[in-house]
Amino acid sequence: MAESSRCAVFDPREAPPSAPHLDSRTDYMLSEGDRSPPGTLRVGFTLNGHPASIDVEPNVVLLDALRDRFSLTGTHKGCDHGQCGACTVHLDGRAVNACLILAASVDGARVTTIEGLAASHEGEGLHPLQRAFHQCDAYQCGYCTSGQIMSAAALIDDERVPSDDASVREAMSGNICRCGAYKNILRAIRTARAELGVDRA
Amino acid sequence: MRNFSYQAVERVDSAVARHTEFATSAFLAGGTTLIDLIKLDVMRPEQVVDVNRLPLKRIDLLDDGRIRIGALVSNTELAHHPLIRARHPLLSAALLSGASTQLRNMATTAGNLMQRTRCAYFRDPTVPECNKREPGSGCAALTGINRLHAVLGTSEHCVATHPSDMCVALAAIEGAVEVEGPAGKREVALLDFHLLPGDTPEREHALEADELITSVVLAPHLDSAGAHYLKLRDRASYEFALASCGVILALDGQRIGQVRIALGGVATKPWRAFEAEASLVGVVPGRESFEQAARLALAHARALEHNAFKLPLARQAIVRALETALDDAQGGMSPPARSDTGAGSPAGDSP
Repeated sequence: MAESSRCAVFDPREAPPSAPHLDSRTDYMLSEGDRSPPGTLRVGFTLNGHPASIDVEPNVVLLDALRDRFSLTGTHKGCDHGQCGACTVHLDGRAVNACLILAASVDGARVTTIEGLAASHEGEGLHPLQRAFHQCDAYQCGYCTSGQIMSAAALIDDERVPSDDASVREAMSGNICRCGAYKNILRAIRTARAELGVDRA
Repeated sequence: MRNFSYQAVERVDSAVARHTEFATSAFLAGGTTLIDLIKLDVMRPEQVVDVNRLPLKRIDLLDDGRIRIGALVSNTELAHHPLIRARHPLLSAALLSGASTQLRNMATTAGNLMQRTRCAYFRDPTVPECNKREPGSGCAALTGINRLHAVLGTSEHCVATHPSDMCVALAAIEGAVEVEGPAGKREVALLDFHLLPGDTPEREHALEADELITSVVLAPHLDSAGAHYLKLRDRASYEFALASCGVILALDGQRIGQVRIALGGVATKPWRAFEAEASLVGVVPGRESFEQAARLALAHARALEHNAFKLPLARQAIVRALETALDDAQGGMSPPARSDTGAGSPAGDSP
């Protein structure tokens, strides 16, 4: 792939961002007392590998709970209707739209956000996909990027999705990029897949 | 988003019992339709009964060759299940052509049956006229922008298109929907499940009050049949059909023994083209008979101001799906027709 596809004002050889993008918190136990306040439900789940609990009103979606209550703002709100993929997180290992899931219904589940992706991977520092997106300049404004990376991480782990570009594009079609960085997103996924040694016919 | 009472249940009978406690209750499965429409204030349940913990996630082969699919099997799991891929590749292809990876991971079999129309006037409560939302209020689509609306099965009260791909495949495969309600269990034939709008477009399905879908049972597959799902849309992936066609075709020697033709994107419910099918049985297949069948399938279609293009589009989809299914039935002697706008069947539909 031509190196000229890189952005002229951006030097991908610079050291990638690190610490601020990693989820270093361990205390997600936000609920207090023995019972949840009236009108709320107590929800216990695993968030980025840590035990989490929260008291939420029934109409709170997972996306808003992550951003507003847990301060995990790496998961972005785009359309808020399941049409853009910016809010993609992993629920029990599967990519889902956090905007269409009630926080109340993740009781007992395992949720991973972009902040927890690096830690979910064996090895130091960023997840290979995060590094690859950075190296390949697989974004412009960056708004959709965390959702793109979460979808890409799930598809690399999904043995039912073949490795060819057409299959990857199809599997990634739920993540819209208004900047049109698709070409480099595809390149980043190829790069990370090579590093991870996952190739499927 | 408007608030509601929330109950998570672990048993089918308690789901039904909870549902009866409020005048407007909704079962929550994948949530891909329900939460979206609550946010839009189109659906306004006082209570949401979360059924995701019910033990309805199995896919079982029954002794008589039918396959029972639990209501909560996700669209992804169903599409990739070995039994479905082997016996009902049409269903697998239709599912994989629909929505996005994330939505297929969330959406369930029963939820897909209950999916609601994408009519922009239905989805926008600031538009006063919608007979589905407010019976008797009128239909804004009749005189509005109706490019995406239906041409088959419409009435003067509603022209909303049924959006599902899965249901088109189910209409071709046939089978039953198993439901449980306050009066006990019963079965509804798949072909009778979705209703034409007629004078009551607010009634979209055959469920009675407080009934819950527990499973879908697929009829046995046709031996040595070919199948193809062709979906035509405005973009190559992650888009609803402008016209889609699912075909199952079994040869009897050189002639067509059995054929099923189902249409999506053009009708108010998952559509079976029975007259077109009848015209093909016993016929030596070929371009001319396929084109004649396609004409019959759209013979009663009624176009609105902006959607007349769907008639030729659907006819062409039928011909191409028939040709590709025929190739499949003949063992893939010639390569399948390239589906340049049908990228939605990424892996499963070549023989």
